[in-house]
Amino acid sequence: MEQIEYKLLTRRFDIIDALSIDDYIAQGGYTALAAAMKMKPEEIVEEVKLSGLRGRGGAAFPVGLKMDSVRKADSEVKYLICNADEGEPGNFKDRYLMEKDPHQVLEGMIICSAAVGAHKGYIFIRGEYTRSIYIMSSAVQAALEKGFLGKNILGTGHDFEIEIYTGAGSYVCGEEFALMLCIEGNPARSTYKPPFPTTEGLFGKPTQINNVESFANIPSIISMTGAEYSKIGTKDSKGTKLVSLCGNVVKKGLYEVPFGVSIRDVIDGPGGGPLQDGILMVQIGGASGPCLPPDMLDIPLDYKTFADQGLSLGSGAIIVIDRRFGVLDIVRNTLKFFKHESCGKCTPCREGIYHLLILFDKFILGQAEQKDLDTMMQLIETVEQTSICGLGQAAPTALKTTLHYFPQAYMSGMRTNRSRVI
Amino acid sequence: MGNNENCQCTNCDMQEIAPLPSEIIEFIDVCAKGERPESQLIAILHKVQLHYGYLPRPILDDVAQLLQVPTSVVSGVSSFYHFFRLTPKGKYSISVCMGTACFVKGADKILEAIQSELGIEIGETTGDGFFTLEQSRCLGVCALAPVMTINGKVYSQVTPTRIPEILSQLRNDNMPE
Repeated sequence: MEQIEYKLLTRRFDIIDALSIDDYIAQGGYTALAAAMKMKPEEIVEEVKLSGLRGRGGAAFPVGLKMDSVRKADSEVKYLICNADEGEPGNFKDRYLMEKDPHQVLEGMIICSAAVGAHKGYIFIRGEYTRSIYIMSSAVQAALEKGFLGKNILGTGHDFEIEIYTGAGSYVCGEEFALMLCIEGNPARSTYKPPFPTTEGLFGKPTQINNVESFANIPSIISMTGAEYSKIGTKDSKGTKLVSLCGNVVKKGLYEVPFGVSIRDVIDGPGGGPLQDGILMVQIGGASGPCLPPDMLDIPLDYKTFADQGLSLGSGAIIVIDRRFGVLDIVRNTLKFFKHESCGKCTPCREGIYHLLILFDKFILGQAEQKDLDTMMQLIETVEQTSICGLGQAAPTALKTTLHYFPQAYMSGMRTNRSRVI
Repeated sequence: MGNNENCQCTNCDMQEIAPLPSEIIEFIDVCAKGERPESQLIAILHKVQLHYGYLPRPILDDVAQLLQVPTSVVSGVSSFYHFFRLTPKGKYSISVCMGTACFVKGADKILEAIQSELGIEIGETTGDGFFTLEQSRCLGVCALAPVMTINGKVYSQVTPTRIPEILSQLRNDNMPE
């Protein structure tokens, strides 16, 4: 079953010492940077476009297009940000990427900076990830000493410096505008788009902001060419995806698979199958992701397939939940999480989630009426469509998908239904 | 305690607080002279919290003064982020991860076990100032679920039955000889 995995970003994991830049170089590290420095910026962008790489943070925006907009933006000062504020419950891929192969991430960032013309970069790491902060800081120092960072990188005249920025415990900081506000020293309360970061980002300047995994893909794309990279995966989703597999499975861990592999393949293959109680449901992508019933696990990990079903692949976590739990328990925990993490700026998110939880508790107590269900459905739509940022827009996803796939769980929480049954 | 010997509370401005250490003052000075002083505010608050264990009100006023940013901004930032504490915490800060992966591994049972063992609710500190109980969001070590941290040290695959043992161990470590 091992062939399900495809080791591209994880190929050096546990083979090299993360704190040794020499180990990384001995395994072919920084050769992609050397190659990229001989290319014109537009050629680098072209390779990334050809590769079909899409943002791995959850929004899945094509990375090449974003680079192109920033490259073409008319500004002397541009910034580059690596979003390492991994806070989505169930996800640990960025932590592994930073702690097991930090230079791969740095190399991707440096190549990207040369392509878009940014001279200052930030790695925004959440405060709880103390080991990641330590390893990335050491890696930045080592890269500076070797001349891969700093002034006149590899004698090409390109300058690029990286600052590690530590967050202060706020889930919403994973949202790009909130994150930039945090770096600027404000409370992380997101704002309306447009303008997008590519035109008015950090300190009002054009900003290339991507997830850790997106940057980690760039050295491989340059080394193997975009055309070759695009042969991995499916027609609509190129490359590999890091999957954080956790919950009630035998072998929890981080696995790298090509797009197109089904959720069940991951759980039964490298994951060693579910625990004995059997799968109740699987939550994809983290707290903001959909909850799928066991009969839907054969759908492939693929942006288009997911989108066709009205779902989002998110950042790639697979949380297996077995039959010892009730659907409502899990959803309640998710709603409580969002209620706590809402920044409070916009009413649909702040008040909407609060009231969804109140309505939801009626189902837990078995006291819900038809009108509660109707109000809840309406409120879900309002929160999804009118919240300013991704947090509010995604907050009711678990609730909405369980209402759709597990209606019986909600029916049993309704007073009228119960009286009818008796 | 100076003039306020009668004040027994752990959470008021009457309590005397040691002034900011010189290295933090120097750091703030460097930031204040830099290009964007306010963008260093969170980094400064991290240092202050590391030193005091929390962010004392009078010190926040000092930070605002030194950095030349409004007190409202400092107060807004320090109360917004969960990582910053505005009240002192116990000697041991217990944080139980309530992320989905830990939840499906029984994190709520862990939390209940600690609550009944210590007799405190989430966010509270025991009367002897020993333990503070908190819940955290996902710590990204889901493969070791359920996890809790005590002063940053990760305890993995915790079970409710292990809780009394872990807590009494910590208490015993601090008993006078």
